[in-house]
Order: sequence, then structure tokens, then C-alpha cells
Amino acid sequence: MAITKLHDIHDRRRSRNVGLGLALGVFVLLLLSLTVVKVTVLDPARAAAAREAQQ
Amino acid sequence: MTDATIILEDSRDAGFGDYFALLKPRVMSLVVFTAFAGLIVAPGGIHPFLGFFAILCIAIGGGASGALNMWYDSDIDMVMKRTKSRPIPAGKVSREEALGIGLTLSGFAVVMLWLATNWVAAALLAFTIFFYAVVYTMWLKRATPQNIVIGGASGALPPMIGWAAVTGDITLSSVLMFMLIFMWTPPHFWSLALFMNADYDKAKVPMLTVTHGKRATRNHILIYTLLLAGFAAAMFATPLAGWAYLVVAVVMNALFVKGAITLWRRDETQAEADNYKAERAFFKLSLAYTFLHFMALMADKALFAYGVGGPF
Repeated sequence: MAITKLHDIHDRRRSRNVGLGLALGVFVLLLLSLTVVKVTVLDPARAAAAREAQQ
Repeated sequence: MTDATIILEDSRDAGFGDYFALLKPRVMSLVVFTAFAGLIVAPGGIHPFLGFFAILCIAIGGGASGALNMWYDSDIDMVMKRTKSRPIPAGKVSREEALGIGLTLSGFAVVMLWLATNWVAAALLAFTIFFYAVVYTMWLKRATPQNIVIGGASGALPPMIGWAAVTGDITLSSVLMFMLIFMWTPPHFWSLALFMNADYDKAKVPMLTVTHGKRATRNHILIYTLLLAGFAAAMFATPLAGWAYLVVAVVMNALFVKGAITLWRRDETQAEADNYKAERAFFKLSLAYTFLHFMALMADKALFAYGVGGPF
């Protein structure tokens, strides 16, 4: 039988689930961005190649 | 188990905000600000994303140590009015959950800071968490009235971590930023304890006001304020201080020393007569003190970049 009447506990659980979901999503985005920054902007080989290209 | 117990247990279910409150968001804001200042004034530069990431890790590490503090101190928190509504005494989060969150986030923050920046910054963050959760919370807080003096080291480390995230080292400049907060902590907390000590008394936390009385506390506030002014002046020996810092340091230290002398001259009869007016004013001034000093250091860095002024 479906639960039709919502209790305050359901709100709190929803806030917990949504919060945890968002936190995990942000974590994935942060790791992705960190990886992109590390392997592109801060890569010494790429930086040297960019310098050579400028010269 | 009866229906009634099910309802009681339901009412203790935590929302996401309760877990977030474990991280002591207000303390975290000070950590973020001072770490940011350390990161900005450090020589050289850091990629903006890495800078943001480093600050985030420092904030999470600081929050994790707050959760460990709440886990260990839940018995004290239940007694004190100021802390009664924290998630554990309020029954929203269990002690085990707080311990788990604290340990997990600590490990996460240190490892991620290491990966994003360098091992010096990560080691300093690990030391900060250890110092706050173990040295201060477990060893000192219940044992000695010098608890906040030594324990203040953990609150003073974030600018050094921010600095190390950029440079990978520890220098006189970063140590002096540490000393600025370290010496500021005792007058800041003791002035609060002068008008809030009933709480600490009840929780049997040996605050200086409880163990040695308010007269001794007033003496200590004056001594530490004078020492603090010395360390604020020592900043002129580093390449960080310029005109903005000069103005702020002179004005704020003059006001702070004057405030400390006022507190030192007063006795309890006078303080109670005006409901601790001078003590409350000194506490408020202490908040502005650190904020303005670090703002001035950042302003000088910006001024130097535009060729305005220079280190003394």
C-alpha cells in the first residue's frame, strides 16, 4: 500500500538524500576539473611547447 | 518496541543541515578567510582553480576537526547553553556518525590537498586537524586553563597552509601570520569568557576565569595583547607589509592595547554595573582586529602589483 501521508521525517530524509547526491555530484565535477587543470594548463611539456610556439 | 518509541526515534532523524552543522560553519568561515589571505599574499602564483580547490580542502579539513571535536565533547555540549542545540546533544546525529564523518573528511581533505598542491600544505593540514582534535580537544581542554593558548595553534595554522599551497615552504612571513592569530586567540576568548563564564563553570571546563578568577584573566589579557602588538610590528621585517598594513597595524594595535588597559583597570563591581560593556566592546574589537590585519596584507599585495608603495 502506498504511503499517502507525508511526515516531517520524509522531508528530512529527502534533504539528506538530495544533499548527499549534490555533494557527490560536486565531488565528481571537482575531480574532473582538477584532472583537466593538471594535465593541460600545468603540464610542463605542454607549457614548454607553448613557449616554443610563441618564439 | 512500541508505536510510541517509533515516533520518538523518528523525531531524531537528521536532515542534511544537521550533518553540515557538525562542520562548525562559523569557525570554517574564519579558516577560509585566513587561508585565503595566506594564499593571496604568498609570492609567486597558483592556478585559480587550484587555489579554490586548496581553500576548499582546508575548509573541509577544518570542518572535519570540528566534527571530531563535537564527537568527543558531546557530554560538555549537553551542559552548556551555547552548545545545547548542536546536532549530537539535540539528538539529531549520533556520536558514531560524527566520528565517522570527521575521520572520513579529514583523510579526504588531506589527500586531496596533497594531490592538488604539495605535501607541505597537506602535512600542515593534517597537523592542524590532529592538533585541534587530539591535542586541544582530548588532552588540553579539560586539563588546563592554558587550553585555549596552546589549542589556539590549530586556529592559527590556516594562513600557513594557504601560503604553503602556493610556495611549498614555511618562511618567516608565514610563521608571523601564524603568530598574529596565535597571540590574538587568548585575549579574544578570555574577553568572551569574562562575560560568559557561567557556561564553562557548569561544564567544568577549566577556563582561566573559573580557575584563577577574573582579576588574573584581565592581567593575562593585557600581557597577551602587548605581546600581540609586538608580533604585529614584527611583520614589518617581512616583504609583506606596506602602507595599508602600517595604517591598520598602528590604529588597531593602539585601540587593542587601549582596550586591554581599560579591562585591566576595571574590577568586577564596575563590570557588573554596566553589564560588561567594555569587555563586550573589546571582544567585538578583537573580531575586527584579525580581519583588518589580513585584509591589509592582501591590499598591500595588490598595491605592490600596481607599483604603489613597497615593502619597508
